[in-house]
Amino acid sequence: MDIYDIIFYLFAAVTVLSAFFVVTTRNIVHAAFYLLFTFFGVTAIYVLLGADFVAIVQLIVYVGGILILMIFGVMITNKITEVDIKTGTVHTLPASIGLGLFTGIVGAVILGTKWQVVDAEMPQSTLSSIGNMLVNEYVLIFELLGVLLLVALIGAASMARR
Amino acid sequence: MHVTLTHFLVVSSLLFCFGIYGIVTRKNAVMVLMGIELILNASNINFIAFARFGNFGLQGQVFALFVIVLAAAEAAIALAIVLNVYKTFVNINVDEIDSLRD
Repeated sequence: MDIYDIIFYLFAAVTVLSAFFVVTTRNIVHAAFYLLFTFFGVTAIYVLLGADFVAIVQLIVYVGGILILMIFGVMITNKITEVDIKTGTVHTLPASIGLGLFTGIVGAVILGTKWQVVDAEMPQSTLSSIGNMLVNEYVLIFELLGVLLLVALIGAASMARR
Repeated sequence: MHVTLTHFLVVSSLLFCFGIYGIVTRKNAVMVLMGIELILNASNINFIAFARFGNFGLQGQVFALFVIVLAAAEAAIALAIVLNVYKTFVNINVDEIDSLRD
């Protein structure tokens, strides 16, 4: 049990517990802030897996972009003057039973499988390799994603203004 | 207990199940979106864990980047839809917006 394991257990606990509170708390703003902690925990897990660039992108895009968008959505679609930022739940009991069963099955499959693990050494910096892959092997997907993002943002802006 | 691939997979499966639970049980459409983000994060953890512990090079990380880009586009589009739904129905509870049912 070295320092790596302790850090992993700490951030895994943060991630899973805050994800649990995201889906169980009744206050939407509290859920958004718990989602912030989930994203931070996932970022730490990426760092522990040696994915430094993806971790930074996760921090910038999720915390800086998507979470802000969600909080704007909460602010616009709720009457701030009346305190009505609670959300109701439906089908809680069947969902708990079904998801409990599903979690058990998936966990049993994960724990019961003999994973073929190649113990690769931790890469020093993934930035230059990812950059090379993005403009060589995956250049078509990269460009298509750029076009998709542009179209999606223009469409979202025009839809929201209507 | 030393951290192996299994630990990361367990964390991501828990995130996935919480995301499904949020999608199924929440009434507010923004909370449903938060569940979708949890699921996308779980898939990203899987991609990166298999890229680290399998012999695949960095392809898993590149695909995680693509997933993040798609999540950003999806969040923008979904919030625009939520705003339009709010303008039409004055609330965004997904169980009350059922005018297509009859």
